[in-house]
Amino acid sequence: MATRHQKTLARFMVAPSVLLLLGWMIVPLAMTLWFSFQSYNLLSPGMEQFIGFTNYKYFLSDPAFWTAMANTLMIVGGVLAITVIGGVVLALLLDQPIMGQGIVRILMIAPFFIMPTVSALVWKNMFMNPVNGLFAWMAKAVGAQPIDFFAQYPLMSIILIVAWQWLPFATLILLTALQSLDSEQMEAAEMDGAGAWSKFTHLVLPHLSRAITVVILIETIFLLSVFAEILVTTNGGPGYASTNLTYLVYSQALLQYDVGGASAGGIIAVILANIVAIFLMRMIGKTLE
Amino acid sequence: MTRRVSERRRWSFTILAWLVALVIFFPILWTILTSFKSEADAIASPPKFLFFDWTTENYAEVQARSPYFRHFTNSVIISIGSTLLGLLIAIPAAWSMAFQPGKRTKDLLMWMLSTKMMPAAGVLIPMYLLFRSSGLLDTRFGITFVLMLINLPIIIWMLYTYFREIPSEILEAARMDGASLKNEIVHVLTPMAVPGIASTMLLNVILAWNEAFWTLNLTTSKAAPLTTFIASYSSPEGLFYAKLSAASTMAIAPILILGWFSQKQLVRGLTFGAVK
Repeated sequence: MATRHQKTLARFMVAPSVLLLLGWMIVPLAMTLWFSFQSYNLLSPGMEQFIGFTNYKYFLSDPAFWTAMANTLMIVGGVLAITVIGGVVLALLLDQPIMGQGIVRILMIAPFFIMPTVSALVWKNMFMNPVNGLFAWMAKAVGAQPIDFFAQYPLMSIILIVAWQWLPFATLILLTALQSLDSEQMEAAEMDGAGAWSKFTHLVLPHLSRAITVVILIETIFLLSVFAEILVTTNGGPGYASTNLTYLVYSQALLQYDVGGASAGGIIAVILANIVAIFLMRMIGKTLE
Repeated sequence: MTRRVSERRRWSFTILAWLVALVIFFPILWTILTSFKSEADAIASPPKFLFFDWTTENYAEVQARSPYFRHFTNSVIISIGSTLLGLLIAIPAAWSMAFQPGKRTKDLLMWMLSTKMMPAAGVLIPMYLLFRSSGLLDTRFGITFVLMLINLPIIIWMLYTYFREIPSEILEAARMDGASLKNEIVHVLTPMAVPGIASTMLLNVILAWNEAFWTLNLTTSKAAPLTTFIASYSSPEGLFYAKLSAASTMAIAPILILGWFSQKQLVRGLTFGAVK
């Protein structure tokens, strides 16, 4: 039984963390909410005034917003599809008895540790550049027209770069989950004459389902706010072709100085993230039991 | 017969796995190779893989173009500083939640984690304005503090999942023997908690090192870590592939090495203990 003294002590030990996170959550968010109802431009200080939902009206009726919304979902969906399917395949491959498995793992996990600005610039210049990039050289070598990735397929190029960064993460987590699969069960299935495919769909996939859920939910949090990769490659362009919600808020606030409009966008991003978060919290909550 | 088949299977999987791993790793390898080329060799067609005049001049030029070591030092100070500060605040919290859980401990943990899910775009503007008005823009202290805040939930969670695995009977035994709270922490808990604290630290240094939203928005030059420094290469000036590669190699090398040590903790840390 914890004594009263111990309880008080426990509160003191938790308090700094709680207060900091509470401040971090409430103060800026309240300010964003407040700004979102104001006409507030950094270029005309002192002219702030309350304008109700006008910012939201403008933001939601701006075609850029819907493009950014669609791009956000495309980035999340595209990267998830590549990394989850690729991750399952790679995890199955790495789970085989292969020689030098340690080194293979080390090589495969490496992209996850590369800072986003580096991976985006390396891919943009040394691989995807239509004149000097390696892909252009490969295309020319087989007599094809080099692709100008960021001009023709800006969003797809960003999805590729981000997927390269997250594929190792998915692989590593799925591999860890795969290794806890009961080998006796697999052998029993083999005895019963189960083929590779039926073993995969009936044993492996159900076993991986929890890890896959975790991968999807965690990646989603990070993918909703992809930023650096867009900033250093396309600046959101051409037009709004590769602008996501995070980048739109950034450009509205720090490039166009429209604090009010950007804040409305920020609040919308928060709402979107919350919808995702509710699912995630439920999932992680279950693992605590 | 079965033996031969499995031997062949082993070989084909080995070759396939190595091929895939090399393809995935190739951009990093290519960056490292290019960093030792002259600018002309860097864009040579057909590309030069190993047979070129190896040079280290790019590394010198990168330093001449802008003070690389200042940005490196900033990265070190910011990532280690924010992690240590976070540990200082998180260890007592995780300790008390792991060993003296109350009725609301679980809710509290979930709430802490939920703060991690707030999108940066939602708080960028007030943070920028607060930083601007208080003179914290482009200061090491400011960015260190923000990175500490965004990683605090992960630090608490990681520590919590590690601490929970320490058998509480040991603590009770120590208490029975009349150990004071201080002794309990110093002599019993700390030695058992060190591995968990170390891996928490490792993972969070990596996360902070690579963080590229707040560092890009809240620092410009004086306090700019390597993420911001590398971003300055996004507007090309003449031939710059070799220099970009040299700068990139220096920016990723330290953390790549740390990262390889942290593979195991990575899974459990980033899934908040849901996958081990």
